[in-house]
Amino acid sequence: MKIVVDFDSCQSHGLCTQAAPEVFEIRDDGFLYILQETPGEELRAKVEKAVRECPTTAIKLEE
Amino acid sequence: MKRVAVIGASLAGLRSVEALRRLGHDGEIAWVGAEKHLPYDRPPLSKQVLEGRWGSERLFLRQNYDELEVEFHLGRSAARLDERFVELDDGRRVEFDGLVVATGASPRQLPDGRDLEGVFTLRSLDDALAIEKKMQRGPRVAIVGAGFIGLEVAACCRTRGLEVTVIESAAVPLGQAIGEVLGQCVADLHRSRGVDLRCGRTVTGVEGTERVSGVRLDDGSLIAADLLVVGIGVKPNTDWLDGSGVDVDDGVVCDATCQTSRPDVVAAGDVARWHHELFDESVRVEHWTNAAEQADAAVRRLLEPEAEKKPFVSVPYFWSDQYDTKMQMAGRYRPGDEMRWVERPEDASGDDKPRLVALFGRGGRLTGALTLNRPAKLVRYRRAIAERVSLDDAL
Repeated sequence: MKIVVDFDSCQSHGLCTQAAPEVFEIRDDGFLYILQETPGEELRAKVEKAVRECPTTAIKLEE
Repeated sequence: MKRVAVIGASLAGLRSVEALRRLGHDGEIAWVGAEKHLPYDRPPLSKQVLEGRWGSERLFLRQNYDELEVEFHLGRSAARLDERFVELDDGRRVEFDGLVVATGASPRQLPDGRDLEGVFTLRSLDDALAIEKKMQRGPRVAIVGAGFIGLEVAACCRTRGLEVTVIESAAVPLGQAIGEVLGQCVADLHRSRGVDLRCGRTVTGVEGTERVSGVRLDDGSLIAADLLVVGIGVKPNTDWLDGSGVDVDDGVVCDATCQTSRPDVVAAGDVARWHHELFDESVRVEHWTNAAEQADAAVRRLLEPEAEKKPFVSVPYFWSDQYDTKMQMAGRYRPGDEMRWVERPEDASGDDKPRLVALFGRGGRLTGALTLNRPAKLVRYRRAIAERVSLDDAL
């Protein structure tokens, strides 16, 4: 599972950081950082939740 | 469960259908939507679409519907709910074993002037495209209601260089949603961008024959306008549930798990009112994130009625984009709640973007947080609200 974020669409809503804090982080500069680009399968449910909850559909999963 | 009907084809309806398939429902799904469009995203309507930057093609929420295997009824609204079927406005009957109500809400109208050309409410894609087309002609704009819709439309007008007057009956914009102190900050933002904001005034009449020419206010003044946008709130779409056994009280009344007064019916999105256990109050939430999350909870409830009842306790979240300012709020605000500053607007330094961070509390507990242009902070507070952190500890 590989995470691809469209940073042009990302508006730093930060909902992904709540759904999958192991993978996403918003830092004090207001930008989103990806902590693991290829997280393990044990995080799939959390990452899929992050994908669903992104208000700008900026997160995609590539298998 | 053999056949589920989902009534409503905006975000909550779409997420309900997707959740049904994801959670293993392999029976039929009938899907009814009042608009002729496939599900699209509403937040950009009052932002990118009215600024003229996005066309409708960017708004559609999903490309591939084949794998969902649904029986579509688009452009049809539900007229009546019976024991085992929903009757549509063309008389057709859609049968079901389980039902998801996701019919959303409709804009309230002014009592006056709704038939005049140039008078709009903003809820649908068609509304937004019609308003945008009108904006291209450089009209003088009046907006009734300084809620989120009215303020976002006002910001789009100024971005396009249009003259705009906003009329609000309360003392400040958004007072019910974020309190008077923060509402005043929002008023300052809009006035600094050239919006003529008239608070404490009500509209007594809409002027014009055939097309709108202006609005009359309660102090006798006349605001000339060729485009009038009315943003005075919404009414949940529940008329079709009269006599169905589904209780309605400003929304479809649900228990803490999104189940209605009928065991075969759940509700999600703008139309649903439920008991929110985290805040111990009856709420109805008209935000994007709630529609997305509640659909999941409602569908789980419908498919697994015997499972342990899990209350839906998502912390409400919304955002609003006005000019270069992103407003974000997590949790709840009620008039009378305590407010504390974390970062005051006058503390901001560096660029000229307004920035602020404020917290709300009830009985010493953190219940809400609002930020302007501070996304990293908001996320942390949303988590803290869910964890029932005290206001003192949150600071």
